[in-house]
Amino acid sequence: MPEVNWTALIVFLVLFGFITWLGFIAAHWRKGDLDQLHEWGLGGRRFGTLITWFLVGGDLYTAYTFIAVPALAFGAGAIAFFAVPYTIMIYPILFLVFPRLWHVCHKHNYITAADFVRGRFGNRWLALAVTITGIVATMPYIALQLVGLQVVIGGLGVTGTGYAADLPLIIAFIILAAFTYSSGLRAPASIAVVKDVLIYVTAFAAVIVVPIQLGGFAKIFAAVPPAKELLAVPGANTTGAYGVYATLALGSALALFLYPHSITGILSASSGHAIRRNAALLPGYSFMLGLLALVGFFAIAAGVGTAPEYADGFKLFGNNFAVPALFLHSFPSWFVGVAFAAIGIGALVPAAIMSIAAANLYTRNIHREFINKNPTDKEEAQMAKWVSLIVKLGALVFILLVPTKYAIELQLLGGIWIIQTLPSVLLGVYTRWFNDWALLIGWAVGTAAGTAMAISVNYAAAYPLAFAGYILPGYSAFYTVILNLLIAVVLTPVFKAMGGKVIDTTVAADYLA
Amino acid sequence: MSEQSTNRQSEKHSVWSWWYLLFAVQFLAVLWPPFYNAVEPSLNGIPFFYWYQMFCVVIGAVLTAIVYFATND
Repeated sequence: MPEVNWTALIVFLVLFGFITWLGFIAAHWRKGDLDQLHEWGLGGRRFGTLITWFLVGGDLYTAYTFIAVPALAFGAGAIAFFAVPYTIMIYPILFLVFPRLWHVCHKHNYITAADFVRGRFGNRWLALAVTITGIVATMPYIALQLVGLQVVIGGLGVTGTGYAADLPLIIAFIILAAFTYSSGLRAPASIAVVKDVLIYVTAFAAVIVVPIQLGGFAKIFAAVPPAKELLAVPGANTTGAYGVYATLALGSALALFLYPHSITGILSASSGHAIRRNAALLPGYSFMLGLLALVGFFAIAAGVGTAPEYADGFKLFGNNFAVPALFLHSFPSWFVGVAFAAIGIGALVPAAIMSIAAANLYTRNIHREFINKNPTDKEEAQMAKWVSLIVKLGALVFILLVPTKYAIELQLLGGIWIIQTLPSVLLGVYTRWFNDWALLIGWAVGTAAGTAMAISVNYAAAYPLAFAGYILPGYSAFYTVILNLLIAVVLTPVFKAMGGKVIDTTVAADYLA
Repeated sequence: MSEQSTNRQSEKHSVWSWWYLLFAVQFLAVLWPPFYNAVEPSLNGIPFFYWYQMFCVVIGAVLTAIVYFATND
């Protein structure tokens, strides 16, 4: 077993202590009445361009991303870089769709995407489908943030047997739960500033220091096996790795802003302007993510995968240990502490936002819609606070009792599920043409088909679609959302002919400033 | 952190602007992998595949900024 790296551990704990303090005092930041749901759960919609940049950046580029993308580069090579085109394509979507969504939500005091769908299409069952999809897709995502935390705690050499092994994770989660409960979205917003500064410092240090140690990029890429350096050129009658790469990037881009935590982050902005400015400023994170993906190759070149001192870590965490191992290999202990704190805190920010987003969904779109129709503001906010605790507890229990493999598989399914809300939410922002029942049937078929596809390929991201003699391997989410959309388009005129009417409580002017 | 006041200024936005077509560039630039799936020309030892896509991040940000200023009257 590795020994505890005391210097790194102390730096890690000091930074963790600092953000804990910050999380609690955040309740007083831009003070609002935390007994109202939009204050607790959306920070009162008053974050300007800069805070939104930190918050949404900290929200979307999660700890798991920083561990898993380089790990994929380390293990599978070039395909991991799909994260870069993916994060290039999300920003036009952010720019075009979300200022409109922000305006209509602000106007009608909508807190969630399901609130919007309820208002736009007047169908509580369609809103329920959006709600359940959001909650179910978010849960494994929270669980995966814990995996990021587990990996860095293991990297610090903090190990134990039985319950003691899980103790650090449990403590970190109690802290997270407590400050989220007391401060709401203000806590991750303030912590995100610290986290993002640490992540930038770490990423740039890694990209400057490690190549110097390893003798330059030419040497690094010479150490990468040719099969990993580029995408495999497809054979005859198939789009091969090219199709997988492009559909993974496009499908992930279409899905991203449908996740409840993305929508919560964006709706907390103070204006449509703040969102549009961020579409131009957030690519800063994409650039850093690209740099970090290269770190997977640094790990290959540094040979950490075969070094005996990291064998235990790789055995426990698989390729997810590539980045921590490289940092331990290349950096002085104190900086290892900074880098690991960046990843660890990087897990808490999205986990907090995700639990708030899931709590908002339950409170608004299940409890208020189906159980208690007329809660007071205080009851509603209190309900959300409790639900945020339950959601996090669920994720913690899941990660402690169930093998990580299942969390990863569920998160993959989550991407396939959440994209099925695209016609109702993203297209709903632009048009009321669709019939609500047609959307609901499209959603159901897309969800069922996507789940079946994923299971049939044993939870690989790509499904080998056969079409006219060609094999088109691609991201199941991308294929099934097209199916979903086709069904909605075909059935809408049918339902309209049967006399179906949409009761839209929003008007065109609500979407504009 | 005193952005609130500036963010509250009037926001006028028409539904469609031709400037939005600039966004197509960043989609086309990365959605066709055969175009950039190559080692050469490498930059400072980094294969084309990698530096090209990183470069596209910068291009995407610049195009988005152009659209922002062009449509922000």
